[in-house]
Amino acid sequence: MLDGPSVAAALQECGVTHVVWIPDSHLGAWDAALSHAPGITLIRACREGEAIAIAAGLILGGRKPVVMIQCTGLFEAGDSLRNFVHDMKLPLFLIVGLRSHMAAQKGKVADTCPQFSEPIMQTWKVPYVLLEPRHVAADLAAEYREAQAEKRAGAVLLAE
Amino acid sequence: MAMTHEQALEVLAADRGQRVVVTTMASIGLWPRISDTPRDFAYMPSSMGQGPALGLGLALAHPEPGVIVVNGDGCTLMNLGFLVTMANTPANLFVLIIDNGLYEVTGGQVTAGAGHTDFAGLARSAGIRRVYHFDSLEAWKQGAAEALAGTGPAVIWLKVEGKLGQQTPKPPRGMQEQIGRLQTSLAGSS
Repeated sequence: MLDGPSVAAALQECGVTHVVWIPDSHLGAWDAALSHAPGITLIRACREGEAIAIAAGLILGGRKPVVMIQCTGLFEAGDSLRNFVHDMKLPLFLIVGLRSHMAAQKGKVADTCPQFSEPIMQTWKVPYVLLEPRHVAADLAAEYREAQAEKRAGAVLLAE
Repeated sequence: MAMTHEQALEVLAADRGQRVVVTTMASIGLWPRISDTPRDFAYMPSSMGQGPALGLGLALAHPEPGVIVVNGDGCTLMNLGFLVTMANTPANLFVLIIDNGLYEVTGGQVTAGAGHTDFAGLARSAGIRRVYHFDSLEAWKQGAAEALAGTGPAVIWLKVEGKLGQQTPKPPRGMQEQIGRLQTSLAGSS
């Protein structure tokens, strides 16, 4: 299970310096853990495209940020993602809450977020993995490390 | 005397010190004739409106020498929420809003804010304490050194003359070369 303390600890071990975020109801529960994680600065942005741009500046300056947003914000942030990942070729890493995924697996939801989230990631050509409740923070850390080692962008979609 | 875009940038060049200058949109076409050092970063290709956020990240990573982002009024209107983020995230960041009331590079169409939007008021209301407004060349020349001194965050709103018939600017060099020059220049700074 992914929770705030385990994710914060995993990000610390990965050397992450900043979390730039706009929380959703799931990620929001991690606020305290991320706020108090030694070595990690939590930056609160107003919009998701802006969060990606702040992270891009940090990467340009040699820091190691991750962006945490909900999939709805990912939909808004397309041009920012396109620019910083593909024009500037920066190794951006995103942690994206995939709203209603678990309910959609059971056929119990009218929310269209699950319908569009993975196709959007594929369209923007950002490699990603889907992490479900059976996964742990080490799985997230492994994806981060792999993307960093390959100097490329990457993402995890967190099934909510 | 009202100032031209180029005059506004010439004053900036005289008082920018060692700071990184990130240019956006129409400023990209003018700035290399005034300054073209490794600390001059033409943000193009871009995601319009994200220049100040890019500058914030860079300024957080390098409080010294700090960062000046030369933004347009159209770019600012695209991401007004950034002013709130900027106020909430102290950094050595200076955002210049070059306000000509036009989307100059697309042919000179007026912006939604042309003539009535108070960018200084927006910045103050967002919580930014250091806010300046200059609407003449004389005033900008007199106030630039103070406005660009010390530590950000600061917002400087400059009213300039609009210019029609502009073409889409081109950066002086490719993005990867720009990134390499900038990072080499900043190596060793805090």
